[in-house]
Amino acid sequence: MNTVTLTVKQQPEIILEADCITPDSFAGKTAAEIEKLPVYQGKQNCTLGDYFKVAGKAGSTPAETQIIVNGDCSRVKYIGMKMSAGEVVVNSSTDMYTGGWMKGGKLVVNGNVHSFCGLGMEGGEFIINGNAGNFLGASYRGDWRGMQGGLIRVKGNVGSDIGTFMNGGEMIIEGNADIHIATHAEGGRIVIKGNVNRRIGGQMVKGEVIVFGTVNVMMPGFHYNQDVELTVDGVTAMFQEYNGDLGERHPKRKGEPVYGKLYLKK
Amino acid sequence: MSEFLIKNGYVYDPSQGINGERHDIAVKDGKIVESASSGATVIDAKDKAVMAGALEIHAHIAGPKVNVGRWYRPEDKLFHSYKRGESTRIEGGFSIPTVFKTGYEYARMGYTFAMEAAMPPLYARHVHEEIHDTPIIDEAALPVIGNNWFMMEYIKNNEIENNAAYVAWLLRQTKGYGIKIVNPGGTEAWAWGLNCLTIHDPVPYFDITPAEIITGLIQTNEFLGLPHSVHIHQNSLGLPGNYTVTLDTLKLAEGHTAKNRFGRKQVMHSTHLQFHSYGGDNWGNFESKAREVMDYVNRQENITIDTGNVTLDETTTMTADGPFEHHLHGLNHLKWANVDVELETAAGVVPYIYSPNIKVCGIQWAIGLELALFSKDPMRTFITTDHPNAGPFTRYPRIVTWLMSKKARDDQIKAFKYSDKVVDATEVASIDRELTLYEIAAMTRAGPAAALGLSQNYGGLAPGMNADIAIYNFNDETTDPAAIEKAYGNVAFLFKDGKICVRDGVIVDPGMKHTFWVDVKVKENKQVMHDVREKFLKYYSVNEGNYLVPESYAPHQHVIALDATQ
Repeated sequence: MNTVTLTVKQQPEIILEADCITPDSFAGKTAAEIEKLPVYQGKQNCTLGDYFKVAGKAGSTPAETQIIVNGDCSRVKYIGMKMSAGEVVVNSSTDMYTGGWMKGGKLVVNGNVHSFCGLGMEGGEFIINGNAGNFLGASYRGDWRGMQGGLIRVKGNVGSDIGTFMNGGEMIIEGNADIHIATHAEGGRIVIKGNVNRRIGGQMVKGEVIVFGTVNVMMPGFHYNQDVELTVDGVTAMFQEYNGDLGERHPKRKGEPVYGKLYLKK
Repeated sequence: MSEFLIKNGYVYDPSQGINGERHDIAVKDGKIVESASSGATVIDAKDKAVMAGALEIHAHIAGPKVNVGRWYRPEDKLFHSYKRGESTRIEGGFSIPTVFKTGYEYARMGYTFAMEAAMPPLYARHVHEEIHDTPIIDEAALPVIGNNWFMMEYIKNNEIENNAAYVAWLLRQTKGYGIKIVNPGGTEAWAWGLNCLTIHDPVPYFDITPAEIITGLIQTNEFLGLPHSVHIHQNSLGLPGNYTVTLDTLKLAEGHTAKNRFGRKQVMHSTHLQFHSYGGDNWGNFESKAREVMDYVNRQENITIDTGNVTLDETTTMTADGPFEHHLHGLNHLKWANVDVELETAAGVVPYIYSPNIKVCGIQWAIGLELALFSKDPMRTFITTDHPNAGPFTRYPRIVTWLMSKKARDDQIKAFKYSDKVVDATEVASIDRELTLYEIAAMTRAGPAAALGLSQNYGGLAPGMNADIAIYNFNDETTDPAAIEKAYGNVAFLFKDGKICVRDGVIVDPGMKHTFWVDVKVKENKQVMHDVREKFLKYYSVNEGNYLVPESYAPHQHVIALDATQ
C-alpha cells in the first residue's frame, strides 16, 4: 500500500469543501497531480495544492492507497466522501459531511467530527476517536436513505438525531447521546454504551437500538415485551426488550408483525 | 435580424411530407423563407438531420405542485447541480429541475415549445412567474377544469353556453391555453375522502358523473373553437385493469367533430396513456393492454394521445389526481404532500423509483414503448414522459433510442431482473418495428403542433413558418443506440425565432421566450358574471380582483384571439 501525506499549509478563509480527499480520486496519481485536484471555497474553485502540502505517491487502485492528513482540518468538509476502498487517517478534527456516502475502506478521524458525518453510508469502517455532532449516519435532508451498511464507531459522545432514516449497518457510540435516536429507522443497529437523553425510535419501523446506560424519558410508543440475553460488542448481559414505534405502520414477515426494537440494559 | 442558409441537411418535415430529402432551409427575420440573399450566414448541415423545433405537449414544469416537489426534495438536487459555461445560470435538480435547467435542457434536445399540463387557476400567477423565468422555450399552460365547481354546476344543468362563457372568462383570468381535465370528478370526491374510479361513479354533492363532465367539456371546447381539444388525464390512473375505463372514456369522443379554425382534427387528447393501459386485477397478474387500447385509438381518428414513457429512474410523481398520490404513498411509504385548491382542484406529490429490478416497473416501461410502436398514425401519437411522473423529460433521447432501435430495447429487456416475467406480460419483445426519423418528427413536431392548433406557424419548416429549427448530428443511417441518444440530447444547432440559441449542445443565447394564451370573445353573460361574483364573495379566500394574472406576471405574450360570439 502506498501512502500520500497531506499537511495543511494554509487555513482556508471560509470553510473548504474537499470531497477529493479520497483514495478513489488519488489512485494512480502523483503528488503533483493530486495537488491539482479541485476544492471549493464558496463559489471559488481552488486546488488541493493551494491549502495542502502533498507528499508521496498514491497506489494504482483505491485499495492500495492510504492517505494521512496532518494539520488542523476543523474547517475542511467532505473528507472521505464516497470512498470505496483504501484508508484515510486524519490527525485532526474535521468539519461536516466527513465520510458521507462512504462505500468501503477505512476512515479514521483522530479528533472530533462535526454534524452530518457518515450520511447515507453504504459500507466500510468509520472510526471517530473523539466526539461526533448531530445527524451522524443519518440521511441527507429530505432523503429516506440513511446509513445502509458498514460500521461507525465513536469513542466519545454524539449530538442529536443520529441514525435518522437508518436502514442498515451498525453504529457504536461509546459515550452518551442526546435526543432523537433512529428516528424513522427501517433497519440497522445503534449501540449506545453511555446514557441517552430522550426520544429513542420515534416513527421507527424496524431496526435495533441498544442502550447500556440510562434513558431520561421513554417514548410512549414503545411497550415492554420481554427480557432477553444479548451479546453486544463483546459484552453479554440481560436486556429489557421493547417493541415500537406502535404509532407507526407494522409490516408483516411470515405473518408476524415487525417492530422496531429497543433494548435497555438491566 | 440576421439571415441564415442551412445547407446540405437531410430534412424531416411530416407537415410537408419531406422525408429525409436534401433541402436547403433559408431563415430571415425570425421566419423561414424561400431563399436567402448572398449575405446570409451559411450553416453546413452535411450528414445532419434538420427538423422543426419540437413541441412538448404535456409536462409539469412550472407552478405550485412542481415547487412543492422542489422544496420537499432537496435530495433531488444533491450531486445534480452544476454550472456549465459562461452564459448560463446554475442548473439544479434531476426529476424536478430548476426553471433555468428546464429551459436549457429542452433547448439542448431541440425543443422550442412546452405545455405546462396542469395549472391550478387560483395559483396561475405562480405558474406564470415560473414560465417567465424559464429561458428560451415558448410555453403555455392548461388550467385544470375537470373538478371545478362552476363547471360541474353548469354541466349538470346542461348549460353549455354558460360553461363556455365561464371557461372563456377563466382562460382570460389565468392566461390559459385550453381545457385540462384531471381525474374528472375524482379529485372533487377526494375532498370527501372518496374517488371516482369509473366514468359512471357519481361525484359527491354535485351528483354528476365523470362521463357527463367529459362530454360537457368536449361540447364546451368545440363551442368555443379553442386551438387545442380537451386534454384529459382519465379516471383510475395507475391501477391494474384500468384499460376498460380508458376505452370507456375514449368512446365518449365518438360522434363529436372538431370545430375550429386551426386545422385541429381531434376532439380529445388522452394524455400519458401508459398509466391507463393496464390489465390484470392486481400487481401480481399485472399486464399490458397497450394493443387493445391502440387498436381503438388507431381506428378512432378524432383522438390524439401521448405515451407517458417510464424511463426507469428515481423521479417525483405529481398530479392533480390527489387520491392517486395517496394510494401511491400507501404502496411505497415515501413522503407524501397533498394540497387542496379551494373550488377548483387538488394535488399530491410522492417520490417514486422505477426500478429495473421490479417486475411492474419493467412492464410499465414496455407499455409506454408499445403504445408508440403499435401506433398506425404518428401524427396522433406523441412522445412524453408525463414529466416528471414517469421520468424526467431529459430522458427523451433515451426514449427515442428505444423506439428507433430494437437492439436498444432488447438490451434493456435483458438488463431487467425479471426479464421473463416482463416479456410474458407484454408484447414488446416480439415487436420488430423501429421508428424512422420521419416518424419521430411526426410524434414530436408536426403531430403535437397540429393537436395544439399551432400547425400554421410551428412544427414544420415551410416558408412563412416560425424559424424554430433543430439540427442533429445523426440521420437515417445512424443505427448505434449510443450515437442516437447522444445526438438527440445535444443538438448541433437550435434556432429559436431565427436566432441560434444552442450550438453543439452549448447554450449560446438565452432566446426570447413567449407565453401563449387564448383570448376568446363570448357574448356578454350576466348570469355567469353574477355566479363568479357570488362564488368569490361566498367561498374563495381571495378577491376577484386578486385572481387575475396581470400583464406584469406574463410579459412577452403571444395571444391567440378568437371570436365565439357567432
